[in-house]
Amino acid sequence: MEPIISIKNLNKVYASGFEALKGVNLDIHKGEIFALLGPNGAGKTTLISAICGIVNPSSGEIFADGHNVVTEFRAARAKIGLVPQELTTEAFETVRSAVTFSRGLFGKPSNPAYIEKILKQLSLWEKRNAKMIELSGGMKRRVMIAKALSHEPQILFLDEPTAGVDVELRRDMWDMVRGLRDRGATIILTTHYIEEAEEMADRIGVINNGEIILVEEKSELMRKLGKRQLTLHLQSPIDSIPKELDSLPLELASDGHELIYTFDSQKEQTGIADLLRQLSKHDIDFKDLNSTQNSLEDIFVNLVRSDA
Amino acid sequence: MNFYAIRAIYLFEMARTARTLMQSIASPVLSTSLYFVVFGAAIGSRMGDIDGVSYGAFIIPGLVMLALLNESISNASFGIFFPKFSGTIYEVLSAPISFVEVVIGYVGAAASKSIVLGCLILATANIFVDYQIAHPFWMIAFLVLTAITFSLFGFIIGIWADNFQKLQVIPLMVVTPLTFLGGSFYSISMLPPIWQKITLFNPVVYLISGFRWSFVGTADVHIGISVGMTFLFMVLCLTFIWWIFRTGYRLRP
Ligand SMILES: Nc1ncnc2c1ncn2[C@@H]1O[C@H](COP(=O)(O)OP(=O)(O)O)[C@@H](O)[C@H]1O
Ligand SMILES: [Mg+2]
Repeated sequence: MEPIISIKNLNKVYASGFEALKGVNLDIHKGEIFALLGPNGAGKTTLISAICGIVNPSSGEIFADGHNVVTEFRAARAKIGLVPQELTTEAFETVRSAVTFSRGLFGKPSNPAYIEKILKQLSLWEKRNAKMIELSGGMKRRVMIAKALSHEPQILFLDEPTAGVDVELRRDMWDMVRGLRDRGATIILTTHYIEEAEEMADRIGVINNGEIILVEEKSELMRKLGKRQLTLHLQSPIDSIPKELDSLPLELASDGHELIYTFDSQKEQTGIADLLRQLSKHDIDFKDLNSTQNSLEDIFVNLVRSDA
Repeated sequence: MNFYAIRAIYLFEMARTARTLMQSIASPVLSTSLYFVVFGAAIGSRMGDIDGVSYGAFIIPGLVMLALLNESISNASFGIFFPKFSGTIYEVLSAPISFVEVVIGYVGAAASKSIVLGCLILATANIFVDYQIAHPFWMIAFLVLTAITFSLFGFIIGIWADNFQKLQVIPLMVVTPLTFLGGSFYSISMLPPIWQKITLFNPVVYLISGFRWSFVGTADVHIGISVGMTFLFMVLCLTFIWWIFRTGYRLRP
């Protein structure tokens, strides 16, 4: 299936000379929730801005639903809704007029019934005639979402949607995002919270220093997450793993001083008992053992560190 | 062409004017009226006729131009500067619209305001001063053309300015002096010969001269030249705006 967003060799060098994106290649599938995970300054906002037409790419190409976002910007942008990271609103405008304005700007004939629907969905209907300046931060965030949804986009970008957002709004937001996805929309959100990516996403991409360093199904990541390692510190080093133990997921480390056994903690049978029996059969003694669990956090930290 | 977008921007800008009616309409009408009272009714009664009309009637075209230029520039520059300043410009940049729609929306709204304002000032002037309009069609044509041209110019200033001071500096330091020296209050033929030549480098001279011709039927410069110069300035502004959007200058990093 053709990806809904396709990014090919995207580079962005800002006027200051700063290289914010370095040869980014990324495909987003239709109908998925994709989380772009990365520390502050990684280039998440720059990447989204390049797709949405807010930043000029320095080189490379971006396609949205098959349309080049530069040469066919009308077709491409009509499909995209964006909730930016910063809360920017016209202070003296009313909620309803702000949302109606967005719909018109994206080339759609006015549809008060639809606007009413999204305002109600986002618990904004009561506030429809309030000026933006009278709203709390959370309410403003809801308005930004309503604006992004006003033209019924197929692709929705949420740039750090839960930064500074209360629990209630967060829950509402996730419900809404899942609802949109169930109706066939594609959602791309950025975050630097791992739990958020874990909670929401179908796939996760990790970006650091302007480079995508990992793209993985969340389930695959979770499987890696479920992997545990048992490290046996041996009495005396061995040269190689005995032939009979070849079939086991064993690795020799620290010049033969350590034996590392990888197993799936979520399985009934970890095989540890069998391993220990085999070891004593081959006279391999150990003085200590410990086990570790890989968390997404570890994977992330390792990736980011090895990359730096 | 995305007509819904043009309409959305236009209506948004007009709503902003409606919210600030005192500042955007009432205050320029009032301040221009003061000129009519002081120069037209009070001082003008002691002055001789110029080009066959009373001094009060003579200065009306210049005063309308003065207000038209200032208001066109300040409306259009603020209209685009503010979204840039507040960050709401992201929405315009990410919308499926080209610079043509953006310019028609913002500049169209700014020019509309100026035209309404120009008409209000003319109506107010009638209270204090007697005047005739020799060529009503050309009067309207000049009004509209000037409003559009200087709204385009204001739009450029609004994009160029990255702080409030820059937003004010061109109107205050360049446009106001050029307007005052452009023959708002005198006929160019009243200047010493050398200044008559120098003053022709002032683009505002052509606007005021042309506009005054449509009222009194005589002018410092030929009407054809006036129209031509105004169009030339408009084309320059349009070219510059096209370049801005093509390169993303001060809009898209
Ligand atoms: N307009 C700009 N000019 C120069 N550098 C910029 C600009 N915008 C962002 N940057 C830099 O690009 C890098 C990536 O920024 P950004 O995309 O906002 O990161 P993130 O959203 O992942 O936190 C940062 O180091 C930031 O300082
Ligand atoms: Mg960001």
